Amino acid sequence: MTTETTETGTTEIRPAAVQVHDVHKWYGAHQVLDGVELTVWPGEVTVILGPSGSGKSTLLRVINHLEKPEVGYVSVNGEPIGVRRHGERLKELSERVILGQRSRIGFVFQNFNLFPHLTALDNVAAAPVATGKLAKPKAQELARELLGRVGLADKVGAYPRQLSGGQQQRVAIARALALRPGVILFDEPTSALDPELVGDVLAVIKDLATSGTTLIIVTHEIGFAREVADRIVFIDGGRIVEQGPPTELLDHPKHERTRDFLSKVL
Amino acid sequence: MSEPPGAAVPLASAPPAEEPPGPSSPPRTARPAEAERPGDGTAPRPPAAQRVLPLHRPGRWIATAIVLVLVAQIAHGLVTNPFYQWDRFRYWFLRPAILDGLLITLKVTAYSAVLGLFGGILVALGRLSRSPVLRAVAWTYTWLFRSVPLIVVLLFLYNFSALYKTLSLGVPFGPAFLTFDESRLATDIVVAVVGLTLNEAAYASEVVRSGILAVDHGQHEAALALGLPKSYQFTKIVFPQALRSITPNYVNLLINLIKSTSLVFYVSLLDLFGSAQSMGSTYPGDIVPLLLVATVWYLILTSAVSVVQFYVERYFARGATRTLPPTPLQKVRAGLRDLRARARREAAI
Ligand SMILES: Nc1ncnc2c1ncn2[C@@H]1O[C@H](COP(=O)(O)OP(=O)(O)OP(=O)(O)O)[C@@H](O)[C@H]1O
Ligand SMILES: [Mg+2]
Repeated sequence: MTTETTETGTTEIRPAAVQVHDVHKWYGAHQVLDGVELTVWPGEVTVILGPSGSGKSTLLRVINHLEKPEVGYVSVNGEPIGVRRHGERLKELSERVILGQRSRIGFVFQNFNLFPHLTALDNVAAAPVATGKLAKPKAQELARELLGRVGLADKVGAYPRQLSGGQQQRVAIARALALRPGVILFDEPTSALDPELVGDVLAVIKDLATSGTTLIIVTHEIGFAREVADRIVFIDGGRIVEQGPPTELLDHPKHERTRDFLSKVL
Repeated sequence: MSEPPGAAVPLASAPPAEEPPGPSSPPRTARPAEAERPGDGTAPRPPAAQRVLPLHRPGRWIATAIVLVLVAQIAHGLVTNPFYQWDRFRYWFLRPAILDGLLITLKVTAYSAVLGLFGGILVALGRLSRSPVLRAVAWTYTWLFRSVPLIVVLLFLYNFSALYKTLSLGVPFGPAFLTFDESRLATDIVVAVVGLTLNEAAYASEVVRSGILAVDHGQHEAALALGLPKSYQFTKIVFPQALRSITPNYVNLLINLIKSTSLVFYVSLLDLFGSAQSMGSTYPGDIVPLLLVATVWYLILTSAVSVVQFYVERYFARGATRTLPPTPLQKVRAGLRDLRARARREAAI
């Protein structure tokens, strides 16, 4: 539960879709995340901007616990990920439980990471079957439907290497959707693509955004960010520098560093 | 013109190899500007003027002739030299004694290959595990059995019953859960299979480990991010992809294993080589044909393995390449199609 909602005493207490609680992350002596606090509400589309090496990927990977933060934790729909409260302290959960939690958080990689030995259909159907959520025929039915939704109904039987980059990324999005996650994280989903393939993938993400799925997107496509984001978060040196609606942050940035960054990428 | 003379000409007129024009469709005519190129206009018909004459390679013909002569000589020698005694070869080739030995070779190889692969997978998983104890044990195992010659392992096991009267499984110095009498268990074939398996598993573990390491790290991450259960990650995602690079290396081991089975002769098991050897001491005049019999059988076995390897690799190549490599039959068909196409092209020009 978020303190905000309980304090204001609203009648409907709904947990944040994602809440990052004071996360610190080190790689050796190098601090990559430095006290990140972030709340994302259900149905909200959040775009994370920031210079290279600022910790954007690390933050996404902490959210689905591919990386363990040394301090702090993340909760998704009110449930702490990878840890449980033990009195005053946090205790690590077992790997099996963490895997179960991850299946409720979608992740789309920059390099797609499709399973090359499985067809598009099996890539999408694998996770619901493996996690015991659906029987195989049901999962394949769902996979067909999702592949149709990302515009790949005719590529059901194709292997990933037989698909273009843009098509592969759309299969990867369908694969993430197959687990019906509460939130989907995108780490630069279009930066490995040729410019003419970017549009198809962005169109699919935009479709998700308008359909009310909670999305957190790391991207360098500022125009796209302006179009889909409810909120833009600017991060630098492992800290959130400022955040706000796109018009505010992109057109009237408050901080020097944000202005600096935007002047370089715009 | 800036381009080197001749470079543009073949590009403009050489018919593409995959799509030969049929008799009804003559090759593309050259653009007029190129047909007027000086030095090219001597041939009677414009299409032929642009035709690319293949380079003559006399050296290749000479080398081919020499190799063919040598091969013929060797074949002739093999057939006619009385040293090989082909009639005795024919006599021995399908003798029950030899076939019994062949059966032993096949049995020992099959058991050791399967058990060795499973053992190898376990040891590889130990090497890759997060537990330092498992890693150390697996490493030591591999180190030990790769260091000790197979024949030493076999002789050790053969004399095992003298070293330990009974073999027991349980807590060290504590109660034993399972005890069996060594001398009853240790029939020769078990000794052979255990020895070969121990050896095979040590090598197979390295093959399996390198195969697993060769799988892209992104695959592990994608499996983790989807929350796939651990056993599923290994059996359905990582291992099938690892098998692609494991297969050729493991087949190498397998072929080596087939030949290594000839060592079981020293633990008094009559395999293919053992049978040939023992028949040879009974019929000293037939030693050469008997060795030939063993050789031909080993050739047949490794050839069979290679054929299986081709299809197994083809199976695991699904998704890894855009098109599967052709089977030999498909290659022959494609070759014939090429020949026909070439003939038609020649006729058309
Ligand atoms: N496994 C790792 N070990 C050590 N340092 C790492 C590791 N992963 C990331 N880093 C460091 O952490 C910092 C943040 O990396 P991160 O990948 O989160 O950046 P990013 O904001 O996603 O950058 P980009 O836009 O280039 O993808 C970088 O300085 C990087 O060098
Ligand atoms: Mg990144």
